[in-house]
Amino acid sequence: MLLRHTPKEITERSALMINPAKTCQPIGAMYAALGIHGCLPHSHGSQGCCAYHRSALTRHYKEPVSASTSSFTEGSSVFGGQANMLQAIENIFAVYNPEIIACHTTCLSETIGDDLKQIRKKALTEGKIPEGKFMISASTPSYVGSHVTGFSNMVKSMVGLAEPTGKKNGKVNIIPGWVEPADMEEIKRITKMIGVKTILFPDTSGVLNGPLSGEFKMYPDGGVTVAELQSTGDSIGTLALGEWCSADAARELDTKHKVPCQILDMPFGLKATDRFIDALRTIAGVTVPDELSMERGQLVDMISDMHQYVYHKKVALVGDPDQVIAMTEFLVSIDMCPIHIVTGTPGKAFERRIKEITKDMPFPCNVRAKGDMFLLHQWIKNDPVDLLIGNTYCKYISRDEDIPLVRWGFPILDRQGHQYFPTVGYKGALRLLEKILNVIQDRKDRDDPESKFELVL
Amino acid sequence: MATSTLKKIVPENPAHIKAELLAKYPSKVARKRSKQIMINEAMENTTPEISANVRTTPGIITMRGCSYAGCKGVIMGPTRDVVNLVHGPIGCSFYAWLTRRNQTNAGADGENYMNYCFSTDMQDSDIIFGGEKKLEAAIQEAYDLFHPRSIAIFATCPVGLIGDDIHTVAKRMKEKLGDCNVFAFSCEGYKGVSQSAGHHIANNQIFRHIVGENDEVKPGKYKINLLGEYNIGGDGFEIDRILKKCGITNISTFSGNSTYDQFASCHTADLNAVMCHRSINYVADMLETKYGIPWVKVNFIGAAATAKSLRKIAGYFGEKELIDLVEAVIAEEMPDVEKAIADVRPRTQGKTAMMFLGGSRAHHYQELFKEMGMRVIAAGYEFAHRDDYEGRKVIPDLKVDADSRNIEEIEVFRDEAKYRERKTPEEIKALEDSGYKFKEYDGMAPDMEKDTLIIDDLNQYEAEKLVEMMKPDLFCGGIKEKYSIQKLGVPMKQLHSYDSGGPYAGFKGAINFYYEIDRLVNSKVWSYMKAPWQDNPQLSATYGWE
Repeated sequence: MLLRHTPKEITERSALMINPAKTCQPIGAMYAALGIHGCLPHSHGSQGCCAYHRSALTRHYKEPVSASTSSFTEGSSVFGGQANMLQAIENIFAVYNPEIIACHTTCLSETIGDDLKQIRKKALTEGKIPEGKFMISASTPSYVGSHVTGFSNMVKSMVGLAEPTGKKNGKVNIIPGWVEPADMEEIKRITKMIGVKTILFPDTSGVLNGPLSGEFKMYPDGGVTVAELQSTGDSIGTLALGEWCSADAARELDTKHKVPCQILDMPFGLKATDRFIDALRTIAGVTVPDELSMERGQLVDMISDMHQYVYHKKVALVGDPDQVIAMTEFLVSIDMCPIHIVTGTPGKAFERRIKEITKDMPFPCNVRAKGDMFLLHQWIKNDPVDLLIGNTYCKYISRDEDIPLVRWGFPILDRQGHQYFPTVGYKGALRLLEKILNVIQDRKDRDDPESKFELVL
Repeated sequence: MATSTLKKIVPENPAHIKAELLAKYPSKVARKRSKQIMINEAMENTTPEISANVRTTPGIITMRGCSYAGCKGVIMGPTRDVVNLVHGPIGCSFYAWLTRRNQTNAGADGENYMNYCFSTDMQDSDIIFGGEKKLEAAIQEAYDLFHPRSIAIFATCPVGLIGDDIHTVAKRMKEKLGDCNVFAFSCEGYKGVSQSAGHHIANNQIFRHIVGENDEVKPGKYKINLLGEYNIGGDGFEIDRILKKCGITNISTFSGNSTYDQFASCHTADLNAVMCHRSINYVADMLETKYGIPWVKVNFIGAAATAKSLRKIAGYFGEKELIDLVEAVIAEEMPDVEKAIADVRPRTQGKTAMMFLGGSRAHHYQELFKEMGMRVIAAGYEFAHRDDYEGRKVIPDLKVDADSRNIEEIEVFRDEAKYRERKTPEEIKALEDSGYKFKEYDGMAPDMEKDTLIIDDLNQYEAEKLVEMMKPDLFCGGIKEKYSIQKLGVPMKQLHSYDSGGPYAGFKGAINFYYEIDRLVNSKVWSYMKAPWQDNPQLSATYGWE
């Protein structure tokens, strides 16, 4: 057994986290920053932070992830990191020449109280940020929230670039949240189909799912441009997908520049996608094209065709709040029963949402925000499930307990496809359903006795 | 055979390449980097030595990690029966969770915590009011859940800054729990200039808190410790297989596939065989001073190097029975190796490689490439010190700067009760007179061809420039470098984690490596960079369907 020391009996833990379902803020800030075109993310802390985040993102995407660090030493930790940061700014523009530096803090620089806004001002005064180049910063202490919080904080910093001209640009801002590059691409396909002009930020499509062509572009073609970010203050409205990932930035645009916003769930599954499309249609004042209704119908068709394989199957689900809320709704909507649900990110609102979504389920639902996978595993030992959905770390539970696993979330270190095939929208839901059915039916084919083995499923 | 679409540039003068690498830097950075780029054996070097183990310039995209990574990730990561509890915000423990491919064999029901990730998950209130109480509670909870033999605590950056006294907490809990050795590592990420500081911090604490605890004499003859072998991709398993076949008893590996008890009884061995000089040579020195165990440098990367290392170990013990068995094992293993070489060499002969790795691998792996007829045209370490490049002869001249001064050196004295002379001074002298070398490592530079480039702490910009200018057939580095190099159309082999491969040590490992490199440098994929229409983009006429 891989997790052989995990006991079935659950004891309360107040201080020890085991097998976390979250990581720290800075990696989220780094991922978000990669969704700006021509941007070099910068980690203001020890070298290790930057190295770990780059490695984790690279293992997940199998793509280059360029980011720089302030390379703190013991001296800078005592005297403050301003000198390191100023030196870094100078070197970055000289050697790597990005359009923009997106800097985030770490627990180190936060604990000693480095103020990035003040350092940026000093850099500007000293002429270290060349004309036409930009620097944004986000405060991302690792000891608050999770990687999701860091993502949200960096996205909020992006809207700090907004410079309203007073003339509306006729576009809708869409903040997709921490979804895959393929999902961002899919959201753009859907909005284009409906005929809504959008500014999608951040946008990692074309950045973290790039081609192999014999050329290394340190700044790939994708990403939202600085000019687009500046224009977000002129947009007619903002759709923020996910309360945890995207709402803060949308509200900031609303408060500061009177760009009205609507906070929606991430469009995973049938109902969340319905709401997303409906919101888009309403804002843009257009009719939803038949092609999209066709995609929806195909999803409904597959749900009806395969309902017997998913009906009342028990599921354990772990991931980030926005994703897990939408996924829980999708599972419930196809009559599956997510009975154990964990996110590592704090937030009582998460537990309330999940309780609300699962209230009519025939089984009680265990839900925990700020939980960990050790607890999830113990719940599974006490009340087994038919399916596990989560990131790659779930495979240890999956193998020990012999439960089919659908990899979904971050990080996925051992399978491919998440970079290229979306799980948002109707097409994405179709893919999710396909993945769920595949593992359930593979299991059936493995376990059925020979006398009952069937060709047609 | 596949051909790459990138133009091969005519071999350039190394001085010109060096100048090109430096051209874009601000002058201060250029001056510093210039000292870290050495043209091997060339008189025109600005300095006769390489600058290493120095700070990375802020803003430069380095390959390096931090002290915590070296301590928790590298040294303590592979020990399976210690609960490694990280005191800090969640990230540090999360990133070091199963990401290094250290394999371990705990058997069906042995203790194994390597698949777990433990953290105190510090919150802002812990930063403000101190985290000692939470740490203490976490240790208690870990003990109540698992009753482990030992709990090790690792400090992350904020812990040092807010002044949590982890060593006192550890001591208190050790006393309270009674049957669990609790000890701590002050391996905050800002210590030192790279992972190397963390290796040192880790090894010091293993030495201080575990080594020498178990005097029980283990069965077996020809007892050695293997120092600096981390069982990535099963390297340690292959080395252990060979040692066992030779009748050599491995008391303790630091730290691949290791257990607490192996460390505790390592002082009962009679020879220390040092693999990774960088991460552990000081432990070998300490073991010699305190317990009287001599050490030799070995290298099990490369079939010839493996044979040489086995002979070196046998030569130390000097018994005919062992020497004969070692020769018999080499004779038995080598035919398969030679067969594999003969098979791949027509496809690998003359190809070129670059290696930028760790503190020993960039040297060790040159053996394997030589065996395949490949040339290493540029190499360097990520976190090595000058002695790893230039040999131990430079150690007396090493400057101790502010960053190194912060890393503790333990003062070690002979343990009168446990010190045992393994060889008389006469025996040692006789061995040395016959050419046997103790405590010797000449570094990487002497083993590299003239006019090759040796670059310390290579960064992303230089890597890209180097590959563009020198167009190697293969680049070896770590995960962060992997895909930026491959985007250039050049295959990249991870030699920290071995991608998904290994073992590459020992005889079977060598064979694995030959075929892996053969696969990489001859893969068809490198010929697919351009679509047919991109090779010939201009249409001169419209074609019909005739």
